[in-house]
Amino acid sequence: MDFELDSEQTALREAVRDLLNDAYASTEARRAVQADDPGFGEKTWLQLAEMGVLGLPFAEDVGGMEAGPVEVGLVAEELGRVIAPEPFVEAVVLAGGLVDAVGTADQRTALLGGLSDGSTLLGFAHTEPGSRWSPSAESVRAERRGDGWALTGVKTPVVAGARADVLVVSARTDAGTELFLVTGEDADRASFRTTDGGRAATVTFEGTAARVLGEAGVDRTDAIAQAVARAQIAACREAVGAMERALWLTVDYLKTRKQFGVTLSTFQALKFRAADMYVQLELARSTALWATLLLDAGGDALDAASRASVQVAEAARHIGQEAVQLHGGIAMTAEYSAGHYLARLLVLTHALGDRTHHLSRLASNLEGHRWVDPLAYGSATA
Amino acid sequence: MRLRLSEDDAAFREEMREFFTTQVPSEIRESFAQGREHSKDDIVAAQRILNAAGIAVPAWPAEWGGRDWSPLRRHIWLEEMRFANVPPPLSFNASMIGPVIAAFGSQELKERFLPATANLDIWWSQGFSEPDAGSDLASLRTTAVRDGDEYVVNGQKTWTTLGQHGDWIFTLVRTDPQAPKRQMGISLLLVDMTSPGVTVRPIELIDGSFEVNEVWFDQVRVPVENLVGEEGQGWTYAKFLLGNERVGVAPVASIKRALADAKRIAATGGPGGSSLLDDPLVAARIAELENRLLALELTALRVVANSDEGKPHPASSVLKLNGTETQQAVTELLVDLAGPAALALGDGDGAQGLPHWAAHASPRYLNMRKASIYGGSNEIQRTIIAGTILGL
Repeated sequence: MDFELDSEQTALREAVRDLLNDAYASTEARRAVQADDPGFGEKTWLQLAEMGVLGLPFAEDVGGMEAGPVEVGLVAEELGRVIAPEPFVEAVVLAGGLVDAVGTADQRTALLGGLSDGSTLLGFAHTEPGSRWSPSAESVRAERRGDGWALTGVKTPVVAGARADVLVVSARTDAGTELFLVTGEDADRASFRTTDGGRAATVTFEGTAARVLGEAGVDRTDAIAQAVARAQIAACREAVGAMERALWLTVDYLKTRKQFGVTLSTFQALKFRAADMYVQLELARSTALWATLLLDAGGDALDAASRASVQVAEAARHIGQEAVQLHGGIAMTAEYSAGHYLARLLVLTHALGDRTHHLSRLASNLEGHRWVDPLAYGSATA
Repeated sequence: MRLRLSEDDAAFREEMREFFTTQVPSEIRESFAQGREHSKDDIVAAQRILNAAGIAVPAWPAEWGGRDWSPLRRHIWLEEMRFANVPPPLSFNASMIGPVIAAFGSQELKERFLPATANLDIWWSQGFSEPDAGSDLASLRTTAVRDGDEYVVNGQKTWTTLGQHGDWIFTLVRTDPQAPKRQMGISLLLVDMTSPGVTVRPIELIDGSFEVNEVWFDQVRVPVENLVGEEGQGWTYAKFLLGNERVGVAPVASIKRALADAKRIAATGGPGGSSLLDDPLVAARIAELENRLLALELTALRVVANSDEGKPHPASSVLKLNGTETQQAVTELLVDLAGPAALALGDGDGAQGLPHWAAHASPRYLNMRKASIYGGSNEIQRTIIAGTILGL
């Protein structure tokens, strides 16, 4: 058992950290990038591609790096630290992961190669108005049209949906929920600003031309659930990075901000609250790391994702809110970053399932195990 | 990064599991499994079995019975022991005074005390806290005045856990009231509890138990050779003693068993044997606790897996704080599952009609409030985290 990075992983972390520190040296720099579509840095995205980051989880023969969840997780954590707006989890882990898992050889080569080298941005259009993290599509439907398919219905929010070159879209068919590829330009896309300052789109299909991803006639609900679980675990790591920065930002502020003639760090009430933030951070970090390692070992991704999400979401709300409260009024302003961490943590813990969603999943499966053994290989609940 | 234990560590885990479940008599283990506290006889018997096998005091120096195990192995050893309901070696002996004597005691003290301490031939008590020196331990007032070859000890200690069984007590005393800093005038003395002038009075606790004691010293004469290390260095030794153990800070396996028991009980604990787990609020609460415990266990594993270099892992400070809160939360769950049976303070007298677990839920809940107070209260832990980790 080992929870530390090896030297190659450490080198990757340092390289990504340097790149992101450079790109987002200030809150102002990040806000400028996020101000307009696509809501993230195109240049930063290409630099990540050059570093091999966008192809991390994919096989070498489709242009990837053949790395695993550990590398994906450490990149996510670095993105979280500076609340970088690049849609790494959505494009690479989620949309790319689905293409990798379900796509034909040709689709994998074309799309994952393009994703890895930065030339093709993938988006995952799955959430529908009113849906709550179901792995199946409900209102968007696909019908055969000639050799291909036509999609009808609305997906929202689709992160980076207005910029995506290719959308991976879930839709109902006679087989259940299948996955389709739609050229971004072919869909009607309305971009909007998200809670965390990024961009998402409402994507409307009106008989829009689509190709089926992988073989037709196969229900992809399980594949979606698996890919979402892997993305949840990466998002948990991103949240850990953000929480760590939010804590230290707060600690630094307590050490420097003076009131009543002394620094805020003089007050025990504030010190204890900072200590509680640290406790939450470390518990969340342990669980998110474990979920990453469980993926690496081929364990039950859904269970690991829910366990990590419950812990991380609790910590994220606690740390995000306390970061704002302990700063005071300055954290309410858009030009200061503490509030941005709160907003980003909110998005990270809602996009793919909130705490209640995951807790209720765990609560409905209490009798399947006597206790949780984190060292059990293959399952968290042997 | 790797989740699995190495083959050697996995084999070690199996070896420990095998030992604890086959070499320690089942009567000892079952008594605890059924929710009873370990008796003195059980604790002594178990520690002697472990000591005979050379695994009672693995953290000690090898020459005195230690095993040079990695922190991970000591974690596995302790967790497997707790999992098998084997009473762990008495902490006053194995984790507190033993390592201090081994590190700072004279050769004569080591030979005289360490073998008997490892084998629990001597039951040690801890004489640290005083009525006016709790979290602020350095304000202690018990004095030891040199008189020829003896110290004369006067004062009062309190919260002496299981002191009613104690043969000897390691005691912090003030030997130099004039020292420039109050920490500098403190020494560590070993006192035979049968000495004239030592009085032990049990304190009744809120759960009706007698677990801790007051200990008075009235003109107690202690030979100078019972001084540990140097005079005036007691504070240093006490800090060593309290900060010595990174392993086992949070009793994960014990909490895990208790929570598993609570879940089993809940499955048939409703009216007419119905399942309380059908109540989504109860189910969510148990799921939450299982997850909190998972986070705690993983944090403990992170600490032991990556602290071979000798310096404490920063996350270790989380373990006492969160470990005790989680332990307490399970007792809160049980007291709530008990429903109206929570009025019973045990199943004695007329309360025999109640299930054992339900009748004992309240005393256990009340008793476990101690966990966030002893061993450095959770407010002290927060102060440590804020100061040493966050620099506040």
